[in-house]
Amino acid sequence: MQYDAGHYDVIVIGAGHAGCEAGVAAARMGAKTLMLTLNLDMIAFMPCNPSIGGPAKGIVVREIDALGGVMGKVIDKTYIQMRMLNTSKGPAVQALRAQADKALYSEEMKKLLENEENLTLKQGMVDRLIIEDGVCKGVITETKAAYYAPAVIMTTGTFMRGKVLIGDLEYESGPNNQRVSVKLSEHLEELGLRLVRFKTGTPPRVNSKSIDYSKTEIQQGDDKPQGFSYETTEFITDQIPCWLTYTNEETHKIIDENLSLSSMYSGMTKGAGPRYCPSIEDKIVRFHDKPRHQVFLEPEGRDTDEVYVQGMSTSLPESIQNKMLQTIPGLENAEIMRAGYAIEYDAIVPTQLWPTLETKQVPGLFTAGQVNGTSGYEEAAGQGIIAGINAALKVLGKEPFILDRSQAYIGVMIDDLVTKGTREPYRLLTSRAEYRLLLRHDNADLRLTELGHQLGLISEERYQRFITKKELIEQEVQRLYDVIIKPDEEVQDKLRQVQSTPLKDAVRASNLLKRPEISYELIEKLIGSSNADLPDDVKEQVEIQVKYEGYIKKANEQVKKMLKLESKKIPHNIDYDAISGLSTEARERLKKVRPLSVGQASRTSGVTPSDISILIVYLEQGRIARVAN
Amino acid sequence: MNHEDTITAISTPIGEGAIGIVRISGPQAIAISNQIYQGKDLTKVDSHTIHYGKIIDPRTDELVEEVFVSVFKAPKTYTREDIVEINCHGGIVSVNRVLELVLSQGARLAEPGEFTKRAFLNGRIDLSQAEAVMDLIRAKTDKAMNVALSQIDGRLSKLIKNLRQKLLEVIAHVEVNIDYPEYDDVEEMSHEMMRTNTKEVHAEINKLLAVAKQGKIIREGIATGIIGRPNVGKSSLMNALVQETKAIVTEIPGTTRDTIEEYVNVRGIPLRLIDTAGIRETDDVVEQIGVDKAKKVLADSDLILFVLNYNEPLTDEDLALFEAIEELEAIIIVNKTDLPRKIDLEKVNKLAKGKPIITTSLKEEEGIDDLEETITNLFFSGEIDHNDLTYVSNARHIQLLNEAKQALEDAMESIEMNMPLDIVQIDVTRTWEFLGEIIGETASDQLIDQLFSQFCLGK
Repeated sequence: MQYDAGHYDVIVIGAGHAGCEAGVAAARMGAKTLMLTLNLDMIAFMPCNPSIGGPAKGIVVREIDALGGVMGKVIDKTYIQMRMLNTSKGPAVQALRAQADKALYSEEMKKLLENEENLTLKQGMVDRLIIEDGVCKGVITETKAAYYAPAVIMTTGTFMRGKVLIGDLEYESGPNNQRVSVKLSEHLEELGLRLVRFKTGTPPRVNSKSIDYSKTEIQQGDDKPQGFSYETTEFITDQIPCWLTYTNEETHKIIDENLSLSSMYSGMTKGAGPRYCPSIEDKIVRFHDKPRHQVFLEPEGRDTDEVYVQGMSTSLPESIQNKMLQTIPGLENAEIMRAGYAIEYDAIVPTQLWPTLETKQVPGLFTAGQVNGTSGYEEAAGQGIIAGINAALKVLGKEPFILDRSQAYIGVMIDDLVTKGTREPYRLLTSRAEYRLLLRHDNADLRLTELGHQLGLISEERYQRFITKKELIEQEVQRLYDVIIKPDEEVQDKLRQVQSTPLKDAVRASNLLKRPEISYELIEKLIGSSNADLPDDVKEQVEIQVKYEGYIKKANEQVKKMLKLESKKIPHNIDYDAISGLSTEARERLKKVRPLSVGQASRTSGVTPSDISILIVYLEQGRIARVAN
Repeated sequence: MNHEDTITAISTPIGEGAIGIVRISGPQAIAISNQIYQGKDLTKVDSHTIHYGKIIDPRTDELVEEVFVSVFKAPKTYTREDIVEINCHGGIVSVNRVLELVLSQGARLAEPGEFTKRAFLNGRIDLSQAEAVMDLIRAKTDKAMNVALSQIDGRLSKLIKNLRQKLLEVIAHVEVNIDYPEYDDVEEMSHEMMRTNTKEVHAEINKLLAVAKQGKIIREGIATGIIGRPNVGKSSLMNALVQETKAIVTEIPGTTRDTIEEYVNVRGIPLRLIDTAGIRETDDVVEQIGVDKAKKVLADSDLILFVLNYNEPLTDEDLALFEAIEELEAIIIVNKTDLPRKIDLEKVNKLAKGKPIITTSLKEEEGIDDLEETITNLFFSGEIDHNDLTYVSNARHIQLLNEAKQALEDAMESIEMNMPLDIVQIDVTRTWEFLGEIIGETASDQLIDQLFSQFCLGK
């Protein structure tokens, strides 16, 4: 029998990576928050690879942290290996990646949630939403508990009508054999939300004791590991290596011969899979002449024997998985502990969302994470915090919070999703960000801490530290612009030592630092250290800001242009049918996407520059009419 | 609303009239004009005044055109911004060159209907006219788009596609190095590889720009060939067209010194009379041109004017020419009706196979109206397969090519400075985008598609 189980400000369905960020953000902003999960033992679980970060994704984790989120802090406490990637490249594309201890990460996150004021954590399967006059007012669980709240955030991942496939075996399931959610999918369709079928997959896990690591290459973590969170001060130095091996022609032959047994090739799945995370079957079929593929062996934690065989995602039958693994050097005697599988699931077509991640169809209902058609823990978490913030803001009666494409990778991702939609599980790539020189890993705090503080997600103590850092950077940059270096013998000598051309005339320190071979460290030697004792991250920031000043300036000019169109807002109640002159295609698209600004409209597919011109004239006409009245 | 950029366009209809006006509107309108103008200092003249002077290419100091320049200062102008109008007398080619110079000095090519749009947004046009503004934008855009897309020379488009593909592979290569740093299948893109690739593309863009200036790839007007036996009145026809329309003849030296192309316009439709070098010389020499010569003309033409003699019976040569034009767009002109008829008109009718036939006496100036009307009808019914028509988009191509070149040079400079490749790549991507605009391809997901088709990526 249905009963009134309580009233909250925000309800979060799901406690994965999106749900955790959403719940914590909402609670910390003062909303009384309930989190409902299918299984309290699986909080922030990583059903696929045991790692967090990497190019673009690692920057997202930093952004979440700068906004006051939790992913960075938890992984900093639980990693088994940390590496900075792309160190040989420019600052814009460097990124951290951690190998996680899966169990520990989950445990640590659960502890964090349990200790959060304002946050209630419960186990429960949500079957339906409570809808009154088309507005979402709460949820009803399978045990008939009715929870009420003016904002509900769905972060149900790949659980909706999930189906696991291994060879010809198929069964309804969430990832990692968890319970599947069926009724919610049906209910959303009743409410008029369009769903799409996606698929993804995971490789087998093998027993570490059965691996002959001597036949593989070792991959160590960094000697001096760094953290994702700007608040982390202690770093785990006891790291565990990963290992690299390769497939070979024998492996490929086995896969080739058994292709028809793979669920993905036998026609059992209909969902669209991600190109950036292909199964080993896909790799063999699409790149037939490649003699070998990389296989990374990644431990799933400190206290487990399970090793993730990265690069071998598959839906071949277990017997074939065994055979193919055994052709790989180091895995000859490998013992599979869990077989690889493909999973198919329902996702929400994300163009049905506002950039706040509230659904257009059902006010009060927000969605975030993999259920919005993305893939990856970081992408999920990035949406989670935005949904949590906006749900809380809505309840508090405040203006929504939207990051634009020049502010954060999170902004790029959400704008892509709600404006263009996606035909495959969406992953962030650095190439999706047109202003990636501005969206660096090193300046996430400079970009977002202020905003996080305004939202009430950044503590006063941390904010003061941030302000100090900012001032130190500004002062030191100014000093480099003021100080002039004269071409005396000592200076010329030092320049020659680093193979830099000697000076002809005196130059500003800032100009000398612009030479690629000149480091801040050297400048410091030439002009002496700052009076203030500068921390390393300040020095790094000064170096980047001065060295790439010209490029950063150019990017900022492009941003300015973009923001001009972003600032032209489109009213919610605009009637596209009333605008004569719009092309039919543009009209249809605009009616669906309902962009909030002319800028967003211009990124909608099928909308041409002349449609935008017409839209601007129309909006201006409305403005003039209002003034006249 | 204040617009920061300055826009320009040719504001007279295509090819119509002897005068072409390049209009410039925006905060930099006067400064930009002043940079290419020799005469009074335009920044110091009064508003609503007109001045005589010369347009000079500031890069080469070459005289481009003698002009009248009208200066209108904000706010009492059509757009309520500073406006300069440059009145050119030199026909399509020089108007186009003036436009190109204005663009090279920092103006942006106006979108269709943009002057009117600005007039509206700046409050010059009242609310009741807004609908009309939107209709105008739509109408102008659609026409301009169709023309612009249809006019891109097939070779140009293919060349640019190839360049873009080359750049795309470079970009994808850098991207894969960034997004998949552990992927060891591709060697890391090096500065040397980047240098080689950008140099190659840079050379190609330069070549394109050079050719574009010669008017070889970027043509204006409908390529029109006049053919016929000796002594039928080809040169009279040409003179008649030139005189009738009072167009100014412009010479474009091509690769061979003796090629002269003449532009005339017929009721607003620009015709480029091709390979008429001989025709304007003395009749004796000209009339040596026989079927062989005509075949070459045919191959280059979008439209054929085939002249027959009313006063002579059809010859084998005539029949051969009829055969040669069978598949082409042509108008049959039976000339010399002032003389007694000796031609078999019924046979002409049969041979024409539905092609329009006009009878003229060019000597008595009769039938020219009919001819003009026929040309106009053919054009507007879309039967003439004109490869390129508006000079607007030609200037646009040149502008975009220049922007692509500039972006690429920025990239090359960064390579020489040994900047990290992901920084260099920002400008390579811009180059790729500018080239894409020329052929109407938008970025969308091309890069990501390329990434996943070129490389086999895991994690």
